[in-house]
Amino acid sequence: MSHASWVRLLERVGAQGEGLVAYLGGLGYLALDTVRHTLTGVFARPRIKTDETFFQMVRLGVRAVPIIALVQLFVGMTLAFTLAPVLEMYGQLDQLATVVAKAIFPQLGPLIAAVVLTGFAGAAIAAELGTMVVGEEVAALRTSAIHPIRFLVVPRVIACVIMTVALAVLANIVGTAGGGLVAYLILDIDPYHYYHTAVESLLVKDVVTGLAKSGIFGLIIVMVSCYEGLNVSGGAGGVGRATTASVVRAIFLIITANCAFTALFYFIW
Amino acid sequence: MSDSVEPILELRGIQKFFDGRQVLKDINLVVAPGETVVILGPSGCGKSTLLRTIIGEETPDSGHVYLWGEDACCASPARLDRLRQRFGILFQSGALYSSMTVGENVALPLREHTDLDDDIIRMVIKMKLELVGLRDFENLMPNQISGGMRKRVGLARAIARDPEILFYDEPTSGLDPIATSVIDQLIIDLGAKLGVTSIVVTHDMKSALHIGDRIAMLYGGEFIAVGRPDEFRHPRDERVRQFVEGLADGPIPLRVSKTDYLDDLLGAEVEPGG
Repeated sequence: MSHASWVRLLERVGAQGEGLVAYLGGLGYLALDTVRHTLTGVFARPRIKTDETFFQMVRLGVRAVPIIALVQLFVGMTLAFTLAPVLEMYGQLDQLATVVAKAIFPQLGPLIAAVVLTGFAGAAIAAELGTMVVGEEVAALRTSAIHPIRFLVVPRVIACVIMTVALAVLANIVGTAGGGLVAYLILDIDPYHYYHTAVESLLVKDVVTGLAKSGIFGLIIVMVSCYEGLNVSGGAGGVGRATTASVVRAIFLIITANCAFTALFYFIW
Repeated sequence: MSDSVEPILELRGIQKFFDGRQVLKDINLVVAPGETVVILGPSGCGKSTLLRTIIGEETPDSGHVYLWGEDACCASPARLDRLRQRFGILFQSGALYSSMTVGENVALPLREHTDLDDDIIRMVIKMKLELVGLRDFENLMPNQISGGMRKRVGLARAIARDPEILFYDEPTSGLDPIATSVIDQLIIDLGAKLGVTSIVVTHDMKSALHIGDRIAMLYGGEFIAVGRPDEFRHPRDERVRQFVEGLADGPIPLRVSKTDYLDDLLGAEVEPGG
């Protein structure tokens, strides 16, 4: 490569890096602002909008229950089908529950619940807030001295974090049960045995780290989608771009964060 | 306007650039309490930018906006919020909150900023909606009413807390002649009966002459004429005359392109070969 093309390459890498830093900075700034408004809302007036928070919990989380349960059921079943031959090879088929539970509780349950929720809730938040920006609704809030972060972002953040953790609990149980279904119907493993093996194999660490990560995933979903939604420019096309970007970026950040936190927990716990 | 009265709004040397292009050039204006000032001008002259600068949505690159004698451009967010609670804005599209009913839209500023009982808020909603002729529409969603109605609801919301200043962004565009007259009369009444100061941004000449105590014509990012409506009926400035009389030919061109038409056409043709 010539000298000039090296320079161009370096410039492009630099520009991408600068964009990434600016993006993460914007996200961090929004998160700090949200924390500030949440704390203010807990201890002083204006209070956190509890009605709106419950409404968002239902809209973003409760409605996602069927799809997450279904997805996780299939994940658990797939896991059982995949691992059964390997375990059988080593004569350890009765330990199927151990490997399924150990894969789902700390990893697959929280992760897949968060990814599905990104498509379900993250896209909805980005599209909704983006449309509000385009329709001057956010400007109208701001100029009537109603802070958009307090009014729009805080209820969604609280709702999304709580519901992501709650849905991870559901995903863990349904996923493990999905494995159990295959064990009972196909592999002829006693359901009580499956249940007890699963419960005994699980450590506090598996459950707690999984749910802690869930909280972080929930935060990523809602922060990215709020940020994308509130920074929409350019009409309907902009809303579409923000929705896509929020899903892609949130999933990327979730998987990156999952890797980082799994490594962290590996070393400290 | 007497000099002894403390101005409610004062613009001093406002300049604003977008991507190196100067949109506002040295804007100065003093508005007395109770006055209705119409900011008039053709599309793209910087009217909306000026309005957004006054309400604190844009920061001027130089100059100051004084509201009640306080510099809004340098105010802290909390201070700016307190100033904003004293004015109301009617956005061009109405900017209703699409997830709330018409009544909830009007109630929101009251619910957020006051401790009024729900019963009283309900009464206020009915009163404000009655003023804009939409009392029966309280329980409809914004997408169930027409664009003109949305705008009227936007006005009811803007006056919900009895503001001291009202800003209107194109209040009558897209309205039928009757609704236009109703809104015009409402602006006049709010000023005359309640002493509300109004800043109206519009390109509707007829409304401007009807409602304005003073008219300021914005063109090319600066005020080219400021005066009473009767001064605008027989303007001396050619640009003002063209706008007031709605003439196609005159010093104000329809085309705002900076490049030469012929160059642009031929340049596009020549480029692929070269």
